[in-house]
Amino acid sequence: MASELSCRELVELVTEYVEGTLPGDELERFEQHLVYCGPCATHVEQMRETIRVTGSLREADLDAAVADGLLEAFRGWRDGRS
Amino acid sequence: MLAMPEIEAPLPEESVASRDDAALVAALRTGDEAAFTELVGRYGGLMLRVARLYVPTRAVAEEVVQETWLGVLRGIGRFEGRSSLKTWLFRILTNTAQTRAAREGRSLPFSALAQREVGADEVSVDPDRFIPQGERWAGYWASSPRRFDDLPESRLMSAETFAAAKQAIDGLPAVQRAVITMRDIAGFDSEDVCDALGLSAGNQRVLLHRARSKVRVALERHLDEEGAA
Repeated sequence: MASELSCRELVELVTEYVEGTLPGDELERFEQHLVYCGPCATHVEQMRETIRVTGSLREADLDAAVADGLLEAFRGWRDGRS
Repeated sequence: MLAMPEIEAPLPEESVASRDDAALVAALRTGDEAAFTELVGRYGGLMLRVARLYVPTRAVAEEVVQETWLGVLRGIGRFEGRSSLKTWLFRILTNTAQTRAAREGRSLPFSALAQREVGADEVSVDPDRFIPQGERWAGYWASSPRRFDDLPESRLMSAETFAAAKQAIDGLPAVQRAVITMRDIAGFDSEDVCDALGLSAGNQRVLLHRARSKVRVALERHLDEEGAA
């Protein structure tokens, strides 16, 4: 039987875990560890929340001057078509 | 037939806002200016952020975005919808940015920088958080981390938390910043990101893990400080 994962080892595998790329035997060890280790379950939850926060970042709009330049380019394209 | 009161005339801005990408592409082909403005509003800021990964200044990145839209307009007749509009748009963007970066004389491509970043010895969590070697339960948590999802949503998704995340991302090594920006901010899948940056799937994953781990540390620190205050 494969040896148990320590917490310190598990934290290095979280992205592979959430990406679904952990090979079968490692996935099994990972999930077995989570069953009895609350702190690691919390760590995995923190990583998922981190992904969610990053995914919620919104970009500022383009500067007005850049947007105006784009609109001008658009009109040039539109009016230049036959 | 009843006369339509003027107030019920369709509001162009509202109707555009509800259109999906396919409808916007169709409108763009007919030269619809509102559709163009809507698309620029939807993707322009994100395109600038991605362009900025490749080129040294904001001004050059803005030129790359402009050049990309010209490419989009020239190619819109050939867009067949086999990939999503967003994927197609960003493929043009990254190609344009790459060409421009080469012209600007940026020294190394992402694939070469990646070797260096992957080769660096790094851990995801401060080793002091674990019970030291030689003791019973070595390698297990010395004390448990705190759950983020116990926090009120308004605190986790606050402007301050977003600022902490952005600051952490801005401080990442170049390829880690590029990978997390494309994967987690822009929402592309790993295949697209590997293609755009010339990375192997394995290296992409290692760098994504390092990037996310550093952002997690920054959020943990930020949320702890806030909690203590």
